[in-house]
Order: sequence, then structure tokens, then C-alpha cells
Amino acid sequence: MSAQTLEVRSSAWQRFRKSLVYHSFIHNRTAMVSAAVVAFFVITSLLAPVLAPYDPWDQTQFDIMDSELPPVGSNGADQRFVLGTDAMGRDMLSTILYGTGISIMIGVFATILQATIGISIGLVSGYFGGRLDSFLMRVADIQLSFTTLMVAIVILALFQATVGLRFYENYAIFVIVLVIGIAEWPQYARTVRACVLAEKKKEYVDAARVIGLKPRAIIYRHILPNTISPLLVISTVQVANAIITEAALSFLGLGMPITKPSLGSLIRNGFDYIFSGSWWITAFPALILVVLILAINLLGDWMRDVLNPKLYDK
Amino acid sequence: MFAFLVRRLGQAVIVMLVISLLSFSIQDQLGDPLRELVGQSVSEEIRNELREEMGLNDPFMVQYGRFLKNAVQGDLGTSYFFKRPALDVIMDKLPATIDLVIGATFWILLFSVPVGVFAAIRPHHWFSKVAMGVSIVGISVPVFLTAIFLIYLFAVELGWLPSYGRGDTVMLLGRWKTSLFTLDGLKHLLLPSISLASVILPLFVRMIRSEMMEVLETEYVKFAWAKGLHKRRIWMIHAFKNTLLPVITVGGVQLGIMVAYTILTETVFQWPGMGFMFLEAINRVDTPLIVAYLIIVGLIFVITNTVVDIIYGMVNPMVKITGQ
Repeated sequence: MSAQTLEVRSSAWQRFRKSLVYHSFIHNRTAMVSAAVVAFFVITSLLAPVLAPYDPWDQTQFDIMDSELPPVGSNGADQRFVLGTDAMGRDMLSTILYGTGISIMIGVFATILQATIGISIGLVSGYFGGRLDSFLMRVADIQLSFTTLMVAIVILALFQATVGLRFYENYAIFVIVLVIGIAEWPQYARTVRACVLAEKKKEYVDAARVIGLKPRAIIYRHILPNTISPLLVISTVQVANAIITEAALSFLGLGMPITKPSLGSLIRNGFDYIFSGSWWITAFPALILVVLILAINLLGDWMRDVLNPKLYDK
Repeated sequence: MFAFLVRRLGQAVIVMLVISLLSFSIQDQLGDPLRELVGQSVSEEIRNELREEMGLNDPFMVQYGRFLKNAVQGDLGTSYFFKRPALDVIMDKLPATIDLVIGATFWILLFSVPVGVFAAIRPHHWFSKVAMGVSIVGISVPVFLTAIFLIYLFAVELGWLPSYGRGDTVMLLGRWKTSLFTLDGLKHLLLPSISLASVILPLFVRMIRSEMMEVLETEYVKFAWAKGLHKRRIWMIHAFKNTLLPVITVGGVQLGIMVAYTILTETVFQWPGMGFMFLEAINRVDTPLIVAYLIIVGLIFVITNTVVDIIYGMVNPMVKITGQ
């Protein structure tokens, strides 16, 4: 039994190696570099507790006497802090490592939530059609017109005002994931619905219906697997967007608290000191944020070019 | 046509009702209007009396009905902080935000169409490649970072441009205080409008490019080439016109995104507009002002989307306007 599954797996890997996606990936330098950059950030932030010289979440580990030290290489730098320290005397390198992890985590979990809600609604809407479909799609239109950032700002602001800052700090991460996850479902729902409408007309779906399968089985086992490639494309872009949205929220002071900062809260924190010349508190997290998002977007671009079914036809 | 209009307007009204209901329930949850009015020093008895008098003990729907009636007459409550009608406060701040949006729209209209069309016509030209590269960087840099960078470079390091505020303004038509017509005002507007445009412009360039490339692949364009029409006529009349359809729809949504981004831009530049006011209102728990802002912004979103829908319906012959 186990040998059999192993064989299936290896053949899947071999199939992947022969596929167009793999071939294109190997021959596209931008895609390889972007993937490497994303992988680097994911791995370093996962290993943050091991790699970081200090624990930025532990207030006993930093000293206000070390505050606003410039990075190594400039005047007055301290060898202990490679990228300098912030106004609280926290080591920037450790804080950025942890912060990148938080940003990526929010991006990924928010996207998973979006995908779950959006795919379910899209499948139902596309498969059953009719009044339900027009209603759901109209709701999606309206939801989309109230952009995610707007909805998130409003909800988080009200949440913060209602429960108070102390309580908020502990649960911010869940609320952010929830808000970004719920607000962006139409992106998935629309894509899935369009795919379902195209797939529904094909013969294999008719065949499945003729042999008496229930709609649920047809939707999940037959149609869903055929909508995977456009979903992969939007998923990469959505992760990047979720990270940007979270950064924007944190920059406005509505996102992650400064005691457990994401990249956005670090930038907000540094912005107060930029006029007094402490550029590194803003510059390093900003650089990491831009490089991370750029890499994900470039990966998404490449994926769109490879997986776009329209290009196959030509 | 008439039925289509009525249906769209009906939808707009329903959405506005939902928004007002949500906003009102916020008002109900957040803060106590009585305490804002009389402070702590009033006894419990008088408090209850006042509560009854102000109708705060009425059932939710009754209170909502009263709120709706006042809102339709232009009364959205009184700001706790400014001690003035919330609508007046917003109307004072609205011109600054409109200036900002006009500035950003100017950059977008100026660059998106020429660059997008050129990149579609000559995809392998060096300029197209540079434009596409710059646009993906533009999408990847959050608005507030562009804003911070511009401030750091042009205001702090070079000292060429001011970093906050609106500068000199002039009154236009008696109501609209604008900084569009003074040199100092334009100087103040330059950086904020560029940073607001920096995120939406690349999206437009990419969208126009990809739509146009798709249109250029269609049969009727190939046929136009075969007929030997002049290339400029094919690009501008045959292809570009059909590119505009999806651009209109997405453009309407982008305007909504722009309103959300004004909050970020205004925060960084201390621009005295609606978005900056909204964040301050949140920090002060100025509930009537928060509610009024939500309703006004909701109204702006609903109006733009309805107008865009109607324009799209009129421009696109493929949309059946008369019934579904």
C-alpha cells in the first residue's frame, strides 16, 4: 500500500518535471529569483526564534539606553545591533525577522480564508445559476466597490474603539485576518464562477450527471479540480495584496500593535523619527516589505503568463 | 432603458439603506450621547428623564426611523468634538480631498492612456519593457511608502517642496476652497497627488495594455489590417475604442479605491481632508462624525457605481438594457 502511494507520488513529481510550468520556471530567470526571494523570507521568518539575536517581544531583553542606534557602518553604531535599534532600544534585525513572519502569516491565512469563502460561493453560484447566482454576484459587486482597505479601516477602527486598546493588542492578528479574509471573497467567487460556467457546458460534466452523481460530488470532485490554475494565479496576487493591506492598516495604527509589530507597524513607528534623521527605523522594514511584495507579484505575473488558458489557444 | 434605470436606482437606494442601518447600529454601540451632553455631574434621576426625553429608550427601529428622517433632511447629528453639525464639518473638509483626487486623476489621465496603448502596440520596444517594469514596482510599493519616500527626498533632503498642509487657497464659486489655482497650493498638492496616483496609475497602464493586446488579436482587427486600413485608424478607432469598455467599469471601482487611499495619503501629508478627519474622529471616538463620514463615503461609492453602471449600459451595445 505504502509502496503504491510512493509510486503515485514519484510519478506525479515526474509529470510535474515534464510539464510546461516546470520548463517555463527553469528557463525564466525572474521567476526563479522571485521564488528564491520569497522562499528566503519565508524560511528566515520561520526560523526567526533561532536566527534572531534578541527576542523583540520580550520587553526585558532591550534597554532604552540603546535607543536609536544607527546600523553598523555609520557613526556611533554598536556592534551588537547590525541594523541599529529603534526608539525603544530594540534590535532592528530581530524585530524585522519577527515582523516579516507576522506579515507573511497574515497574508497567507487571510488568503486561505478568502479562498474558502470565495470558492464555495463561486461554485454554488456558477453551478446552480438563476436568481441565487444574480443575487450573490450583485452582492459581490457591491462588496468589491467598497474596497477592502476602506471596509477594513472602518471595522478595525470601530473594533478598537469598542473593546479598548489593551484587549485589542492581544487579538489584533485574528481580527485582521478575519476582516481581510471576509472582505476579499468576491475576487475568488467571480473567478471560480466564470470557470464553472465554462466547465459546466463540457461533456464530462454531462457524463457525471448522467451516471447519477449528486451536484455536490460533481462540483467538488469534477469541476473544482479544473479551476485550479486561475485560482493559483489570483492566490499569489491576493497574498501580496493582503500583506499590503495589513501594512497600510498597521501604518494607520489600526493593525498590529507595536509590541508585536508587523512590517507596517515598524514603518509607522519609524515615520515619527524620520525627520530627526533616524532613517534606518523606517528604511529597513520598508525595503523588506517592498522586495517581498515585488517578488510575490513577479511570481504571480509569471504564473499568469504560463497558466493563462487563453495563451494555449494561440 | 427606463426600467433599467429604475432597477439600478432601486438597488442604489437599498444599498444606501443597508449602509445607514449599519452606520446607525454603530452609533448605538459606541459611546453614550447623554454623557457627551451633560458630563458626569448629573444625578441618575435627571439622567433617566433626559434619556426618556431624547428618545434613547425607544425601540431600535423607532430610533433608526428618526435617524433616517433626519438624515434625509441633511441632519447627520452634531460632532462631539467640533460642537457643530457633522455634515458641515465634512463639507468643510471635502474640498481638500476633492483637490487631492483631482490632482491624482490628472496624473492618471495624462499618463495611463499613452503609455498603456504604446505598450500594447509595441510590446517589445524598450520603453514598453521599462514601463511594465516600473508599473509592477509601482503596484508593489504601498501608497504610504511612496509618500514617505517623496517627503524624505523632496522635503527633507532637497527642501524643494513642502511636506504638509494645503498652502494658499482661494474660494471658488463661494463654497469650494481650493488650492488648485495658487502656485503655493499647487506646490503643496504636487507630492500628495503623485503618491495617490502612484498606486492606481500602474494598474491602469497594465489594464489598458492587456485589454488592448487582447483586442488587437481579434478577428475584426485582423480583417481591418487585411483591408489595408491605416495603422493609426486601426489602433485608435478599431482597437482603442473597444479597450475603453472594461476600463470604464474598473475605473469606477478604482475611484472607490482612491477614496480609501486618500486616508493614507492625507495621514502622511497631514492634508486637512476628509480621510485625515475620519482618523482623528476615530481617535476621539467622535461617533456622530464617524457615522456621517461613513454615510457620505457610502453615498459617493454608490453614486459612482450607479453612474458607471448606467454609462456602461449605454455605451456597450451588448448589454441588454431592457429587462433580463
